[in-house]
Amino acid sequence: MKEALRESLRSGVQLALAALMATALLAGTFALTRGRIAESEHRARTDALAIVIPAGRYDNDLVADTITVAAEPWLGQPASTVHRARLGGRDAALVLSVVAPDGYSGDIALLVAVDRRGRVVGVRVSGHRETPGLGDDIEVGRSDWITRFTGRSLGDPDAARWAVRKDGGDFDQFAGATVTPRAVVAAVKRCLEFVARHGDALYAAAPGATLRIDSAPDDYRPQ
Amino acid sequence: MTAATPRAILEYGLASGNVGLVQLLGLCPLLAVSNNAVNALGLGLATVLALTLTNTAVASIRRLTRRDVRIPAFVMVIAAVVTSIELAIRAWLPELHAVLGLFIPLIVTNCALMGRAEAFASRNSPGRAALDGFAIGLGFLWVLLLIGAVREFIGEGSLFAGAGRLLGLPGLELAAEGYPGFLLAVLPIGAFLVLACLIALRQGWRLRRASRRAA
Repeated sequence: MKEALRESLRSGVQLALAALMATALLAGTFALTRGRIAESEHRARTDALAIVIPAGRYDNDLVADTITVAAEPWLGQPASTVHRARLGGRDAALVLSVVAPDGYSGDIALLVAVDRRGRVVGVRVSGHRETPGLGDDIEVGRSDWITRFTGRSLGDPDAARWAVRKDGGDFDQFAGATVTPRAVVAAVKRCLEFVARHGDALYAAAPGATLRIDSAPDDYRPQ
Repeated sequence: MTAATPRAILEYGLASGNVGLVQLLGLCPLLAVSNNAVNALGLGLATVLALTLTNTAVASIRRLTRRDVRIPAFVMVIAAVVTSIELAIRAWLPELHAVLGLFIPLIVTNCALMGRAEAFASRNSPGRAALDGFAIGLGFLWVLLLIGAVREFIGEGSLFAGAGRLLGLPGLELAAEGYPGFLLAVLPIGAFLVLACLIALRQGWRLRRASRRAA
């Protein structure tokens, strides 16, 4: 009996030693790599934003100057990340993550940058499940369609012409796919209207804050 | 068990005991990450490193661990080593980490690691265990890389596309202009087909050699 107890105790001690070694190795590697990992993740996030806002348009830390905005009627998702770009201490642009909820096969995730005067700096699709070969021309790798928003604003074209051509607007649809570009145009337009109405509050909020905005677009229909 | 010569260890890992072609171990990463040559090379190198380190670590503690706690102790050591490698890749090759993602921690579940720890490293000196891990890993690497290169070449008409961005080796990249692509090779089924062809080629070669010897 005593022998058996000693045996299992020895096994336990050996196992504990192995665990201690494993822990020491992990803790050491973690301490060595933590700084670099944080740095490279920060750089990856800045690079991801650089596709909608050129580096010369801001001089602050876009990743750190971030707020969360809860305005689903406007931005299509319960919580959107909004980065504030500032140049020389003055507000320069907002980078908003926006969802077009009415794509042909579900949500289309967009990144939209809007400058202080309400003009689009850049729009890119960050995720979608639209039909390959038909709806995926919204990707910049497949066509330049998405770049045609750049420089546009709510007055250019008029509100009524912020639509695809089939609906009497200024933006092309794709051969065989109208639903996808219609959803994207509408989402960008809603985003511009949101910035026009609430932009000041977005620029003013403290970094890291969560902003809840309860208004809704005039034509909003809850789904 | 008679001690194998270094040459025999290398030969076993690269050819006669190859994990990918002969033992058919670690097929999940082999099939999932072989969609192009760069991913295959990245995961292959990570596996070589992991196998060498785990084999060495297991061999150095083989006298400290008794039979009944050996497996759990090895599991912990392997998990710690692989996690360390994952952290290092995240720190120094973040783009590669973004592509390989889940498959680096999944090296833990590559049966080749546990298999070699149990079958070889627990009975040999650290130096020989390191060589065995290196050989087995290299055997896995060449099969993975070959499948990846074949699938990328047939599927997309390029070789090592993205090597500059992911591995910092832009000199490796090759691309054929205007190739329409062949989706089947890139889809998961392509991995099974290429692996099956490789195994069939090897079997055919072995059978022909055996019959020639008999004649």
